[in-house]
Amino acid sequence: MNGPTPPRDSVRSWPLRDRLGYLAAWAAGLTLIVVAGSIVTYMAFKGAQYFDLGMLFESPNATLNQSESGGFKDPLIGTTLLLVMSTVIAAPLGVVIAVWLTEYGRPKGLARAVESAVEVVAGTPSIVLAMFGLVFFQQQWLSFLTFSSEGSDVVLGRSFIAAAAMMSLIALPLVVGATREALNAIPGHVREASYALGKTKAATIRRVLLPAARPGIGTGTALGMGRVAGDTAIVVVLLGAVMQINNGADGSVFGLFRGLGSTLTSYVYYNSPAGEGLAPEKAYFAAFVLLLIVIVLNFVVTRIARGREPVWTR
Amino acid sequence: MDIGGIAARLPGRTRPGGPDATPRPAGGSGFWTEAKVERILGAIACIVLALIAGMIIFVFQKAWPSFAHNGLAWFGSGGDVDLQLEDIFNSPANPSEYVYTLHAWPLLWGTFAVTAGAVLIGIVFSLLAAIFIVEFAPPQVNRVLEPVVRLLAAVPSVVYGLIGILVIVPFVGEHLISVGRKESVANVVQLDGASLGVGVLILTVMIVPIMIAIVVDALRAVPHGWREGAAALGANRWRVMWTISVRTARPAIVAAAVLSTARALGEAIMLSMVAGSASFAPNPIDGITFLFEPTRPLASALVENVEGLSVEPFGQTLFAFAAVLLVSSMFLSLAGFIAKQPMRKYGVRP
Repeated sequence: MNGPTPPRDSVRSWPLRDRLGYLAAWAAGLTLIVVAGSIVTYMAFKGAQYFDLGMLFESPNATLNQSESGGFKDPLIGTTLLLVMSTVIAAPLGVVIAVWLTEYGRPKGLARAVESAVEVVAGTPSIVLAMFGLVFFQQQWLSFLTFSSEGSDVVLGRSFIAAAAMMSLIALPLVVGATREALNAIPGHVREASYALGKTKAATIRRVLLPAARPGIGTGTALGMGRVAGDTAIVVVLLGAVMQINNGADGSVFGLFRGLGSTLTSYVYYNSPAGEGLAPEKAYFAAFVLLLIVIVLNFVVTRIARGREPVWTR
Repeated sequence: MDIGGIAARLPGRTRPGGPDATPRPAGGSGFWTEAKVERILGAIACIVLALIAGMIIFVFQKAWPSFAHNGLAWFGSGGDVDLQLEDIFNSPANPSEYVYTLHAWPLLWGTFAVTAGAVLIGIVFSLLAAIFIVEFAPPQVNRVLEPVVRLLAAVPSVVYGLIGILVIVPFVGEHLISVGRKESVANVVQLDGASLGVGVLILTVMIVPIMIAIVVDALRAVPHGWREGAAALGANRWRVMWTISVRTARPAIVAAAVLSTARALGEAIMLSMVAGSASFAPNPIDGITFLFEPTRPLASALVENVEGLSVEPFGQTLFAFAAVLLVSSMFLSLAGFIAKQPMRKYGVRP
């Protein structure tokens, strides 16, 4: 390096208009940190204030007497169950659709239609999905999938299965999107090398492309799980307005799947003043637990997305 | 040249790896032949397509009677929406006497006011924040900001709603709305803090992270050469950002606005908690009071009335709300897709 160094581009030398813009950008960034910081601090503070480990293991009761209204064991189980069930539906379906779209995609018109359908579902409000799910599962021939009370043949159209099916539609576009992105990022020569070794297209997908796209699939699934854990509208509509898990008469595992229940989101909703307002303090703690779950899922996404560099980029 | 097709016709498969590669049963052969795999994958995709298409058709079919009975008056104003909904809910059991009369303007206006407010504030704010993240933030700040944006995007709406209803709504009701202001509109509507303004505020916080993510990606995708060219001509960092990067990223900014509008339209739970749940159309003529008037967007009206879905005419009316939401979100996804195209044309992938 020789010659005079250029003068440093100092903010003080800028015209006023540019300096105002610079200040506004700083203000926006700092506001963002302050808002997020205060939300997390406030929730952590409230969570710590009403912290009670016992609430994780007690069933909720609908009573104004706070010493008897119990905890949120059932909502916690409900959230876990819904997360698992909807992931089991959404992840394989999403991967299949993404693989078909990127690797086959014939005929073209059909592929475009599937693509836009997934796009449409991504934009559909969850309450609309919930309403459709309710009416869909109220059909008589699907009654074995949903809750029915003893000695009544009214099909309510509500159950964990119904809720999970609709929840999986929320997660589906995220899985499809992330998987497609991962598959598109795999260079063409990797596929050609696999064909050159004599593998069929199907074997290439199974043995080469899917393992390579695993971080993308994981990211999409975890993002979808975050959305599922946070959704309230579908739970309120499709799990019924009950707090305790109601697995029908037989109490079997299938009875649980077609039973009613609640999740952390609906627990928070019903216990806030917007619902019955029975226990706002417990709603705070439940919201804190929910926030922790979402943060953990978020952390998982970051870890997966960072992932290992694929072999062929070296 | 269809390499896959050629490969499919080659007999046998060789497995990479040396002698230590344990032989496994040939996974790709036998039942899973080439054509079958394609057909099965395609069939599953088609089933999902059929389900989604069926859902859209079903919603419109269910919604039709409500639109057919009201005509364009459905979108107009007149009367109290809550009373009309009550009449529909209590309509006689005889299908020929079903009541359908509904003028949904207050709900539509509420949806529009809340969404437009949040998106307009959000787009200015998120553009500035994105510029900050891409250009001005020191690396240490950025290390905090990126998780913060992801966290804000992931917080469930019911948590925002809880904070809103237990903290912000009482604060607004007690400290920001004066007694005089409450009295000035007391004969029309009660002001208790749950309001359009609070809804807009929280909704803005909810959609800003989505916008920031899209805009930041776009700003980062602007080719370095373009920015360096501007800097070499003597433009300062702000000018380079504003005249080169932001201009190139305009399509992404539009896409961000459109996609977050779709998100805002569908927000039901949070708004039903903090926006007052009264089918009242806030009146912009009221000046500042406008912001403190309660409202109820379409999606919230759905959540609150969903118990009545099994009453035939009421259910059809609710599906009419759902159809309006569905049409809007479909157009928005389409618009978002179109808005992203110009950047692709320049080879800039947003």
